Amino acid sequence: MRLTLRVWRQKNTDAPGAMATYEVDGISKDMSFLEMLDTLNEKLILEGEDPVAFDHDCREGICGACSMVINGDAHGPERTTTCQLHMRSFADGDTIDVEPWRATAFPVVRDLVVDRSAFDRIIGAGGYISVPTGAAPEAHATPVPKADADYAFEHAECIGCGACVAACPNGSAMLFTSAKINHLNVLPQGAPERESRVLDMVATMDAEGFGGCTLTGECATACPKGIPLPSIAAMNKEWLRATRKAGKR
Amino acid sequence: MALATRTDRRPSIARTFWGSTVGKKTVMAATGLIMIAYLAVHALGNAKIFFGAGDFNDYGHWLRVMGAPVLHREWGLWTARVVLSASVILHGVSAYQLSRRDLKARATAYVHKRRRASYATRTMRWGGIILALFIVWHILDLTTGTVHPGFQEGHPYQNVVDTFSTWYGNVIYIVAMLALGLHIRHGFWSAAQTLGVGNATRDRVLKAVANVLAVLLTATFISVPVGVMTGVVS
Amino acid sequence: MTYTDYATGEPLVDTKAPEGPIAERWDRRRFEAKLVNPANRRKQTVIVVGTGLAGGAAGATLAEQGYHVVQFCYQDSPRRAHSIAAQGGINAAKNYRNDGDSIHRLFYDTVKGGDFRARESNVHRLAQVSVEIIDQCVAQGVPFAREYGGLLDTRSFGGVQVSRTFYARGQTGQQLLLGAYQALSRQVAAGNIELHPRTEMLDLVVVDGKARGIVARDLITGRIDTYFADAVVLASGGYGNVFYLSTNAKNSNATAAWRAHRRGAHFANPCFTQIHPTCIPRSGDHQSKLTLMSESLRNDGRIWVPRAQGDTRPPAEIPEDERDYYLERIYPSFGNLVPRDIASRAAKNVCDEGRGVGPGGQGVYLDFADAIARLGRKAVEAKYGNLFDMYERITAENPYEVPMRIYPAIHYTMGGLWVDYDLQTTVPGLFAVGEANFSDHGANRLGASALMQGLADGYFVLPSTINDYLARHPHRDEVDASHPAAVAAVAETTGRLERLLAVDGDRTPDSFHKEIGELMWEYCGMARTEEGLRKALETIPQIREEFWRRIKVPGTGEEFNQSLEKANRVVDYLELAELMCLDALHRSESCGGHFREESQTEGGEAARKDEEFSYAAAWEFTGTGDAPVLHKEDLVFEYVHPTQRSYA
Repeated sequence: MRLTLRVWRQKNTDAPGAMATYEVDGISKDMSFLEMLDTLNEKLILEGEDPVAFDHDCREGICGACSMVINGDAHGPERTTTCQLHMRSFADGDTIDVEPWRATAFPVVRDLVVDRSAFDRIIGAGGYISVPTGAAPEAHATPVPKADADYAFEHAECIGCGACVAACPNGSAMLFTSAKINHLNVLPQGAPERESRVLDMVATMDAEGFGGCTLTGECATACPKGIPLPSIAAMNKEWLRATRKAGKR
Repeated sequence: MALATRTDRRPSIARTFWGSTVGKKTVMAATGLIMIAYLAVHALGNAKIFFGAGDFNDYGHWLRVMGAPVLHREWGLWTARVVLSASVILHGVSAYQLSRRDLKARATAYVHKRRRASYATRTMRWGGIILALFIVWHILDLTTGTVHPGFQEGHPYQNVVDTFSTWYGNVIYIVAMLALGLHIRHGFWSAAQTLGVGNATRDRVLKAVANVLAVLLTATFISVPVGVMTGVVS
Repeated sequence: MTYTDYATGEPLVDTKAPEGPIAERWDRRRFEAKLVNPANRRKQTVIVVGTGLAGGAAGATLAEQGYHVVQFCYQDSPRRAHSIAAQGGINAAKNYRNDGDSIHRLFYDTVKGGDFRARESNVHRLAQVSVEIIDQCVAQGVPFAREYGGLLDTRSFGGVQVSRTFYARGQTGQQLLLGAYQALSRQVAAGNIELHPRTEMLDLVVVDGKARGIVARDLITGRIDTYFADAVVLASGGYGNVFYLSTNAKNSNATAAWRAHRRGAHFANPCFTQIHPTCIPRSGDHQSKLTLMSESLRNDGRIWVPRAQGDTRPPAEIPEDERDYYLERIYPSFGNLVPRDIASRAAKNVCDEGRGVGPGGQGVYLDFADAIARLGRKAVEAKYGNLFDMYERITAENPYEVPMRIYPAIHYTMGGLWVDYDLQTTVPGLFAVGEANFSDHGANRLGASALMQGLADGYFVLPSTINDYLARHPHRDEVDASHPAAVAAVAETTGRLERLLAVDGDRTPDSFHKEIGELMWEYCGMARTEEGLRKALETIPQIREEFWRRIKVPGTGEEFNQSLEKANRVVDYLELAELMCLDALHRSESCGGHFREESQTEGGEAARKDEEFSYAAAWEFTGTGDAPVLHKEDLVFEYVHPTQRSYA
């Protein structure tokens, strides 16, 4: 396959950026999108140009590092991560636009690489269960109904890639935040911190400069792990419950 | 000796609500639902116009004396007006502040444009602005009569027929009601999500209710100018 | 042994190993270890490099204990460490199934599975601690699979006869890592951990013979800085990426461990690498990494190749009597369920015979037609649906209709930095945990044991043993960037990076990485021979020489430069590869993942030579390209007596 790539190039956070056009040839349909970019980069290096910087690591769809908007879609046209997107989803002669995640809370580091540390701070604000090592009771001391365990797992699948934020017209992190809150709040182990968790995480999410939710549903459509949109409603419910409880104290 | 990692100090509930995107959306959801409830009553009242001037004017009179004899004349009406005004203001201010925040959170647009969210979702902001302007015109037109040449205090039926006898009156009203339909379609469902009522199983029901509400209210409201235009109401 | 390219030094003795009955040793060691007064812990700093299961767990736990922790990862977030990709599960001797499991049985299985090349004391401790790991993770909210009664589900894994593997669908590693990451994030938010993401350790600072800090590069700005502490913990993972194509993450690398090795930490058993038999084969030269599919597929899939060489017919057109179900033929009693190393080698053999399938003939069929006929498509889908989907996404072939193609790939490295019972390397104050050390798996790791070891080291072992070192070595002197050792380390690091940038040759870092990888796969992969290893040992210095002549790294060192990161990692692979080949050459026996063709039974199985090689080989660095010194640590088996494995 022969393709025309238009890629966002930006030296660093403060430098201005622009789309640059490249032609790549000899692309196999079996390549992953990142392998296609590898091919471009090998060519650029030998031509003495800076290769396109992009985040990637496991390349099997679980680490959440890869992060690019392809033809306007976070992670491209398939519902998966960029590393698991294959070139068979494109046709010979296509022009493909590749851009970084766009959100004020995710400043561009270079080219397609953005800073997603805001997500880590949201988790640090309450996305955990406080149980110092060694303090745990026997694992079977508290049975968890299977339905609850499955619900927790469904939300714990989030890989923290940030596609939800990139896809949201408001740059909102509600789907990410709600996934962790729903994972932990449904479990009996998470109950003691149920209220503080949601209040603190939502407050941090706001403080990091993410937008609010207008329920456009773009996030859930883009999510490679299928975190469902009702996750947000469930978090709102938790938040309202927590404010009610906080008021009684 | 695990170290403390949480603080107990929290702002007041009001501050928590107003300071949070989730809280502000709750304010919008609650005030939106109040306004929808009001619109439902308003639409029923409007429908009385098809039963003649007497019926309709009696309804207009009742609005002033509702709650009597417990409530003094117009106390009920003013209570409703205060609640509604507060709702409109809170709804509008929240929307304005959240929108500013949202636009700031995504300051750079993608070069490659594409649209996916439904029409109703994408038109919430413009639709909201159209409705706000409409409310102002609507009050000046049919409540105070400020912009209504030949306005007759205490004769609502005549005033309505009068307004819908002008082409611009019809256009403004019908456009605004279509905007209202779209606004309610996304707004009602969205409010349910914000208030945490939505879940995977209820989602279809909520969407259906939102659609039915939007269509019923829009149709009922629009039936009045259509009635005037076709001469059913005159 | 006639090979003379190394010297044999003093034997190595694990001085921390406690004596007495094996079940009491861990208790005894913990009691004998000195403790640090809680009030003094705040004054002591520990550097942790890496945020995977071992590093994340260690960082969080040390911070909970009150130490000041400075932690590093090259990823943009600690949550992305490659532990996240582990699929299968985690072993623990809980015996919830009442099926005869016990700590002793897990200990026994692990020593035997490791082909008697691991320390008994360490493995027993691992089995003991496994029980606590599950408690800890459940309390953290790890959503393990549960049964309808609300209790934890377990399954049997990797040919073990008891069901001791806890799992969270096919994403156990992800869920365990997120648990550790959340505990870590809590301590970061509380100010007890100073976290440096996107910062890569490039050297170790050794002062007066003790590890006192590291040199690290901020990957965004390119700034090189020194960080100091009272002890340094390496949790930087394995070195499987030496092979270029592996199931490791693209950026997983050996630099931290190798730099520590160059500073005096012995590297043990580097030739012990594990090859996983069920990976998706490469689809062409563009292949950048390999994807593993759970071994559980072998429970129902049948492995075969055409009987005839060069048979290119589609699988459906090859009649039953022209197929060779070679595992069932050679190993009638275990069939498709033979251990990983045996299944991998058999696949290589049939491909070497020219009977491989798919592009390049590097693949064998894993056929579910019989299973679908027997159980129905629905049942197969319920069991393996997500794996089939993953396969189809990558290959665009529907495994319900066309047999899957699989091929072995490098998956895990049992070798690593030599550590004593306390997980301390030969450099005092330098500890190694998780896959970065060599300790618990011997010559072969059992399925679902990597997660167990990483978390055991991180949550329970290191946080206990490091106290002893910190209590015995209270550093009165403040070391800072002006210390000669730090200045020298920074100068060396900067010099290397500048040299990489200055060559301005005509080959990319990846091209060299591929070259060394292919060489290693050929000669130091699934089956090794003296001839091949000697050839590799001859070739590697040539590649190294060519590297420094022809490498091209664009850009500068003072910016985000992924080519520079890559090239710098390749520098270390080019040295580590040599040591791996040398280790493989010197160990002329076959054991576990290390198969020397010269040492096999009549049936073609690995033949161990316990008389000669019942030791861990710890290598001391003497200089790039110089003959290293071998230190042997004798392995004593008091509880599990070595037997030859047999799966025929």
